[in-house]
Amino acid sequence: MKPAHWFAVAVLALIPFALPSQSLVNIAMLTAFSAFLGQCWNISGGFGGLTSFGHSVFFGVGAYTVAILQTRWGINPWLGMPAAFLLGAAVGGAIGAASFRAGLRGSYFALVTLAFSEVFRVLANSLDFTRGGLGINIPLKLSPENFQFADRRATYAVVLVLLAVATLCAASFRRSRFGARLIAVRENEDAAQALGVDLVRTKTAALALSGGLTALGGVVYAQTYLYIDPTIAFGVERSVEMLLVAMIGGAGTVWGPILGGIGLHLIADVSRAWIQTPGFAPMLYGVLLLVIIGVLPQGIAGLMERWRRA
Amino acid sequence: MLEVRALSKRFGGLQAVRDVDLDVADGSITALIGPNGAGKTTTFAMIAGFIRPDAGTVRLAGADLTGLRPDVIAARGMVRTFQITQPFAGLTVAENIRVGAYLRTGDADAATAAAREVGTRLGLGRMLDRPAASLTVAGRKRLEVARALATNPRLLLLDEVMAGLNPTEIDEVVAMIRAIRDGGVTILLIEHIMQAVAALAEHVYVLAEGALIAQGSPRAIAHDPAVIEAYLGHGAAARLAHG
Repeated sequence: MKPAHWFAVAVLALIPFALPSQSLVNIAMLTAFSAFLGQCWNISGGFGGLTSFGHSVFFGVGAYTVAILQTRWGINPWLGMPAAFLLGAAVGGAIGAASFRAGLRGSYFALVTLAFSEVFRVLANSLDFTRGGLGINIPLKLSPENFQFADRRATYAVVLVLLAVATLCAASFRRSRFGARLIAVRENEDAAQALGVDLVRTKTAALALSGGLTALGGVVYAQTYLYIDPTIAFGVERSVEMLLVAMIGGAGTVWGPILGGIGLHLIADVSRAWIQTPGFAPMLYGVLLLVIIGVLPQGIAGLMERWRRA
Repeated sequence: MLEVRALSKRFGGLQAVRDVDLDVADGSITALIGPNGAGKTTTFAMIAGFIRPDAGTVRLAGADLTGLRPDVIAARGMVRTFQITQPFAGLTVAENIRVGAYLRTGDADAATAAAREVGTRLGLGRMLDRPAASLTVAGRKRLEVARALATNPRLLLLDEVMAGLNPTEIDEVVAMIRAIRDGGVTILLIEHIMQAVAALAEHVYVLAEGALIAQGSPRAIAHDPAVIEAYLGHGAAARLAHG
């Protein structure tokens, strides 16, 4: 990436602020939101090779943290942000420490993460503390101090900042010690360990960072839609979408999730306009995942790289 | 420098390594040889922490390292290479070596500079920015050594770095290993190629069926009847002597 490229990306990202209609801004916001969540997944799943099928666990923890803090104790949702980050990171650290100490990898790790997200969904469904299956309504009080925006452009701005933070994290992996070690672990665990890399610590830290950032996504969701329930927060569909965005765009690349977010939204929105069958979107996700794994393991970013070299 | 005592490992019904004692003197090049299946790589894996020994101790410069994890042992200054090369295939050669350099510094510029310096010193200068997957067998063997050397070890464990190389390449690697030792790194190596062992090692240990059967200078080892029998079969030493 040259400075000119960064500049072009920044300009593109700012265009939605000039859009005339709220619904167009909303599409831009949702696209950036998908890209952000995909980037969160990419930090552990793409760069670290920690293929999680249960990232909704972090999303849900963030959403419930901010919702419970303000409805039960009246704590300002902006303060819910750091709390959600810390709790998401703690859950990521705990899941990581347990799985990686036990030596779980690949599909075993994927299944464990899926199981954790289901456990959290069932707990949220049955506990009084989370108001069970009723879910939590956040009272409407539109004001920036209250983290509720009448104008979608403000929400878009918040999402854009989060996307920038997550993307800067991913970009730093190219050079930083932590990034180098994480990628080395993905490429070859034995060789990495022989060179002094602590496998459990490196993978756990990656999952904690990813978990903390993903929880921030849950906060933004809760503050935008003002209602969450166990399925919205911890449902499998969110996890699948996150990994799909990263894989369509190119897992383990800095720009992959952004390309993937744009790509997935184009595909999903266009197909929704043509085909109204319920349940079509999840089916489409399945087909897309198969196509990506089979034909484009490096995603759109890998394809662009191939064209540039050709 | 390295002191191994009574190291043993059993896999099910197979006693892979039995009561192995090894000493590697500070600043020396020591070789561990033996026929296929003698337990050399298992011994190496136990010394470097990849396999937990059933019994025995491993000491580096007096400190007990027995049973520690490989990454902890690497941080203490003992690093191994792999017989079957294990490059980080998606990374460039310089990025591969930098993973090793990051053991001693957290600074990206310093680690990058150290990695490029080590790579250049080991003859990978023109390949530094190429993908590691594009290296030849000889290049991959050099990369294994370069990555390990970038961790700035006191003792380097080299597992068959010359296997699969042609005679010219072997001569180059022999010179490279000597230069590494002259730079102050003690070396213990496993090797099959006797020409290289004779050229490099000051002291040789011979392992057969999991136990040490001989040790000494390369010249003495080459004439030891027990060693000849281990390689060529029972009675071979006597048959050779009678011509």
